[in-house]
Amino acid sequence: MILLDNLTKTFGPRTILNGVSLEVPDGQNTVIIGASGAGKSVTLKLIVGLIEPDGGRVLVDDEVVHDLDREELAALRGRIGYVFQFAALFDSLTVAENIQLGLVKRGFDGGVIRERIEESLAVVDLSGTEDKLPAELSGGMRKRVGIARAIALKPRYILYDEPTTGLDPITATVMDRLIIRTRDLGVTGLVVTHDMRSAFSVGDRVAMLYQGAIRQVGTVDEIQASEDPVVRQFIEGRPGPELVEPVARRSVG
Amino acid sequence: MTHPVASRAPTREGFVAHLGRRSLEAGRALADISTWLPLLMGQMRRLGVDSVPIALFIAVFTGIVLSLLSSYIFTGTVPLYFVGALVGKTIMMELGPVLTGMALAGRVGASIAAELGTMKVTEQVDALETLAYDRYAYLVVPRVLAATMMFPVVTAFAVAVGVASGWITAINLLDLSSTEFLKGLKQFYQFKDLWFGLVKSASFGGAVALMGCLRGLSAQGGAEGVGQATTRAVVLGCEAILVLDAFWALVLL
Repeated sequence: MILLDNLTKTFGPRTILNGVSLEVPDGQNTVIIGASGAGKSVTLKLIVGLIEPDGGRVLVDDEVVHDLDREELAALRGRIGYVFQFAALFDSLTVAENIQLGLVKRGFDGGVIRERIEESLAVVDLSGTEDKLPAELSGGMRKRVGIARAIALKPRYILYDEPTTGLDPITATVMDRLIIRTRDLGVTGLVVTHDMRSAFSVGDRVAMLYQGAIRQVGTVDEIQASEDPVVRQFIEGRPGPELVEPVARRSVG
Repeated sequence: MTHPVASRAPTREGFVAHLGRRSLEAGRALADISTWLPLLMGQMRRLGVDSVPIALFIAVFTGIVLSLLSSYIFTGTVPLYFVGALVGKTIMMELGPVLTGMALAGRVGASIAAELGTMKVTEQVDALETLAYDRYAYLVVPRVLAATMMFPVVTAFAVAVGVASGWITAINLLDLSSTEFLKGLKQFYQFKDLWFGLVKSASFGGAVALMGCLRGLSAQGGAEGVGQATTRAVVLGCEAILVLDAFWALVLL
């Protein structure tokens, strides 16, 4: 289980997270929604130890992430797949080489690596693209390769950073189905997005991040029935003073 | 309100701690041989072999100009066979390593900074970390080692071609025979002339690649950030060459 405990994070004068606490239960997809710049991606990076919190703790399987040494952190990252917003595929490597990279680091032999590459590409419906370079793929295909790279390691958790951003509705739906399919394979998912259609489609639980803290957390039905004006405005895409003013402050700050 | 960490002035203890952390990271990256060794040959080809044409181009014209200049200076005062001595000594000890280093600071330093900067701003460096790779072992060590090993090789070719072009110029355009040119070249030649230039060029290679890597990995923002990192890497690489040139002259001559 992933547990965020009173996390705080500041960049210069800007406080991004101000006491975020959240439990990510095993075997479910938890979705964090919130406006752009609310700290959703920062939260994901804190979980894999790419950045350190100023206060609070991140626990993954009862281990405090920022107390781990380099080797322990590498082992932890072996259990967490990360799908980046723009896929972050290595430009100079083919699709197969991108997927292979993490497997080589973990010492798998050639046969297992080939098997895992085939399996993971089949899951994302991209069999046959092994020798293509990322530049030859569409945005949606790149994101699916990003998922294939993550699932090839057979992780316990996958963190998805804005998986449907910039995709057409059809490709976005394909991505949603993949995220659900991955959960059904037993992988715990943590998705950050501001795409409400996607959030309600893939999420078992939804948490709203607002002004550096979790405003509300609940099932999809609970969030859809929320009477909190901030949550209502966000999920209905209706700009109100509570949402517009903080965004305006951020953009001038 | 300014964040307390942001407002803290750097202290000597802070600098020492930073230096200690960096040294520890460098040591750990160097020890991660299984990560950087497979990448070394590719980088040696890219940074070294691919740089030979530009280095030879510069060497040809340096040899021609040096030959003509020295005959102009020596006419009527010093025996003309000294042209061979001046061309040989100057190219081996100074112009070969420094001009090759400067040209490669542009080519190699810019290419490394632009590549790593793009990887940084597109989250490829973060992706590498999530796949349990050490960014310094994977990206920095093979480039710095390759440049340190290949700059002397490229410089050796440049020195040979520079001296040869000076020789050809002398026998074709000056009133000098091959015998006289070689007499001057041999009379003042010491083995130290050669290794002094090659030792210098190894240090230039390491410095240029290190500047490229560090500036690239600190790139922020988008294309503008990558452009600034690239420019800074080239400028710092050239400055490092000049400082090291003076250092080696003080230490070894």
